[in-house]
Amino acid sequence: MPHAALEEKKWKGPISMPETEIVEKVAINIKVNGKAYPRQVEPRLLLVEFLRETCDLTGTHVGCDTTYCGACTVLMNGLAIKSCTVFAVQADGSEITTVEGLEKDGKLDPIQRAFGDSYGLQCGYCTPGLLLSTHQLLAHNPEPSEKEIRKAIGGNTCRCTGYMNVFKAIRQAGLNMKGV
Amino acid sequence: MTEAIKNGPTWVGTSLPRKEEDRLLRGRGKFVDDIKLREMTYLRFVRSPYAHARVLSVDTSAAEALPGVVCTITGKEVAAQTQPFIEMAPGQGQKIRDFPLAVEKVRYQGEPVAAVIAESASLADDAAELVQVEYEPLEPVVDSEEALLNKSILHEEAGTNQVWTGIWEFGEVEKAFQEAAYVVKIDRMHFHRFSSTPLETNVVIGQWEPKEDRIQYWCNNSFPSFAIQFIAAHLMVHIDRIRAQTSDIGGSFGIKITSYPQMAVCALASKKAGGRPVKWVETRSEHMTASAHGNERTFRDTRVALDKNGEITAIASRHIDDCGAYPRYEPLGCVIYSQVFCGTYRFKNARIEFTQTVSNKCPVGPNRGYSRMQHLWFLERIVDICAHEIGIAPDEMRLRNYIRPEEFPYTTPNGCVYDSGNYPKMLEVAKDLIGWDAWQKKRAEARREGRMFGIGIGTTLDSGTNNFGQSQIVDPNAPFSGNSQGANCKLDIYGEVVVAVGSCPQGQGHETVAAQVVADVLNISPDMITVRTGFDTERNVHTGMSGTYASQFVVSGLSAVHGAAQKLKAEMKRLAAFVLKTSEDDLEFGTGGMGPEVKAKSTGKSINYWGLANIVNVNSAVLSPELQDVTLNCRYIWRANFKVPDKEKKYGNLTLTYSSQLHIAVIEVDRDTFVPKILDYVAVEDCGVAINPRIVEGQVYGATAHAIGAALMENCVYDAVGNMLTSTFSDYTPITSMNIPNIKYGHISTPSPFTYSGAKGMGEGGAGPIHTISATLQDALFGQGIFINESFNNANSIFRSLKYREGGQLAQSVTLEKRV
Repeated sequence: MPHAALEEKKWKGPISMPETEIVEKVAINIKVNGKAYPRQVEPRLLLVEFLRETCDLTGTHVGCDTTYCGACTVLMNGLAIKSCTVFAVQADGSEITTVEGLEKDGKLDPIQRAFGDSYGLQCGYCTPGLLLSTHQLLAHNPEPSEKEIRKAIGGNTCRCTGYMNVFKAIRQAGLNMKGV
Repeated sequence: MTEAIKNGPTWVGTSLPRKEEDRLLRGRGKFVDDIKLREMTYLRFVRSPYAHARVLSVDTSAAEALPGVVCTITGKEVAAQTQPFIEMAPGQGQKIRDFPLAVEKVRYQGEPVAAVIAESASLADDAAELVQVEYEPLEPVVDSEEALLNKSILHEEAGTNQVWTGIWEFGEVEKAFQEAAYVVKIDRMHFHRFSSTPLETNVVIGQWEPKEDRIQYWCNNSFPSFAIQFIAAHLMVHIDRIRAQTSDIGGSFGIKITSYPQMAVCALASKKAGGRPVKWVETRSEHMTASAHGNERTFRDTRVALDKNGEITAIASRHIDDCGAYPRYEPLGCVIYSQVFCGTYRFKNARIEFTQTVSNKCPVGPNRGYSRMQHLWFLERIVDICAHEIGIAPDEMRLRNYIRPEEFPYTTPNGCVYDSGNYPKMLEVAKDLIGWDAWQKKRAEARREGRMFGIGIGTTLDSGTNNFGQSQIVDPNAPFSGNSQGANCKLDIYGEVVVAVGSCPQGQGHETVAAQVVADVLNISPDMITVRTGFDTERNVHTGMSGTYASQFVVSGLSAVHGAAQKLKAEMKRLAAFVLKTSEDDLEFGTGGMGPEVKAKSTGKSINYWGLANIVNVNSAVLSPELQDVTLNCRYIWRANFKVPDKEKKYGNLTLTYSSQLHIAVIEVDRDTFVPKILDYVAVEDCGVAINPRIVEGQVYGATAHAIGAALMENCVYDAVGNMLTSTFSDYTPITSMNIPNIKYGHISTPSPFTYSGAKGMGEGGAGPIHTISATLQDALFGQGIFINESFNNANSIFRSLKYREGGQLAQSVTLEKRV
């Protein structure tokens, strides 16, 4: 079978770096769930790694590494972003909300309650990201249509629920927030 | 969380909110990657860019020179200090040498060749880039039928690419063909490779402390008791020296069963690193290229005999299963398919020649619906194609061929016993839910306008709780049979009810349903019960079959929990009768002012759980001599009542329960874009008694979404030389909220006579949508002269089929021979 890869009989692995540069760390200060985290970080550190490894807030998860699945979704200055696609240095000076920041005085917030009541989670790995995407949706639109719900979580992959109970949960969360 | 409320006479059957929810909703679940240990190191694999190549040299010196690198490990080092993994294939297959790092050859793209261990994950990434591997590419084999020609052999030591072959023959096949009114022949059908891709990838922390000679794992393997059997033999350590623990797991769907090679490397790396813990977090691309895929299968030379009423009388076919580069869990799939040998149908005569081959692709692993969904899809394709060929409507065709409700328990041609079911009733419920007649009218209108519009049915089975004796059909010397699970139920020192079970749930709600079962036994609220799930060898509640797989928890797990709770209750009765000076018959279990208690009905006196636990644990001088055996700490091993199947005849009961599913879809294929759009979808489940109906419903939605994704979007694509083209989610495109249709859910309940609760294992769902969507597209495209002979169909493939059809190049053949 003639093929470029086969014709090239010997191939010596990936091109090596002569010497890994020692990169200076950068001082940043990110406020997460209301608490300041002044830290020295490598410029290549992703925000999700900052949250998980530097702040020990492990509720935010990594599922795909390529901005598809949204398990790493957090709020950055109130906007839902995928924290695997933001460097920590880019988030310097920002305010981040992670899943750990949703409960108030130990009580679940209306969105968390709705997900629980509606069986909107199974393994729970994608749930933190879904909660924050929902948060962004409902903050502006407490009575979203089905289409708006689908679109709002289009960037959050769930492999367990088949989304049906997630849709129910989001509708219920809207009602909870309105105090219905 | 809110207080649990019973909505019927028992907790079993109540949709209790899940006990797991609170920690998961707060982001306080404990997944393996959340664990940090002192002196932890991080492992990164160096992987092959080739599908098939000889490894000429591996140079790790540059990596080792990088500051922060602790050590490296290569295939040669692994081979020097370990045994190859156990091979379950007999004969030539036994000669395959499978090491967790490639030694002399790589056999699939992404196969690990070396590993680098460093002080941080990013340093390990950097260092892995510095490892120089010299390869000599070899001819890759990516097609299973080509692989069987043995032109290029993956495992030279085996001398063949064929892993296993065998013939299942029952009844009088050739006689049935001679007497048939119709014979339908289908030359080729193909079931594609895909994977359920749990959102959490494989993660392992391994620690092998040389001084203690003890290996510890924190992992998310979903069948750890099986994994440690492989690892102990491979590393040549006593199995009791291995402790494996799981905690919250972010989905598995079977795929995480086969992470034992990576677990072995973590242990070896830890040993080399002086006993420091080694963490490996798989990247998504590693998961897509090199963890495990579902089995790919080709169905050749299928012949179907039918009588004049359209009842199938015989099926004959050759099946070629492709297990990828290393068999690992295989060739178990070569027999597991036969749990559903005749699907939901009554035919008695069949001959299946089943062959499995290796190929230069990712090894396969048990993937939701493992090995049965391929076969069930094959049977459903047969039913639809035959119905079309002889001019019977697909619903009528099914009704004529289904096993009748009054025939249960039904013994299949190969000796499996289907416990219960009512397939015609499911069809009726599904038709009602979808509005069958209205859609038929719409279809007629659409077709008048020349639109490609289809309605299709898929019937499938979810066989749960394996008889491991079926492994002896593939290897007569396999030391496995039956099935078992362990559980422990105790009153702790202060009287808390604590349940432990040897399962490792990944979202199935085991904590909740186990509490429901125990709550009924003790007549207390599930809120008063703590359930410890997650595997831990040191909890001592496992058997060699413990784990979470094959739709069996409700049978094996809950039967074990129920047994342990009964045992505890019996001890509590003896103790309470002694304390309350009454007979055991006089006792009543319930909750009083001092919490859960046991009361004497005659005197009204009671003792609460604290009191009972106190006597046994810290106040034992008051115990009478005849109660010295009471521990209030009761371990119970549940065993299924199976026999070893007849290995020669391949005959015997292979599975304890058979949940069934019936799905109907309505699809229109866009005439301009060829995008198949699902207009309506219904899924009906029969899993007997549902312990927690909302959890069951959630499992049905999840299984349905997986298989809709597999039918239309998710495909592991390889090019001609074995490059995997779908190595990220952006290429593989797991189904999202934007693609999932609204799923209408229905259920019926035919209780199993073989389980204490009447429940049947469920969760895998038999890949109903793959069969259903194939059937529906078939219905839409018969008019265009297209046969759906692939399980994966999307706009591209439909377009290609239509264009090839127009050009007369469509290479598919179905023939009908009429003899009436």
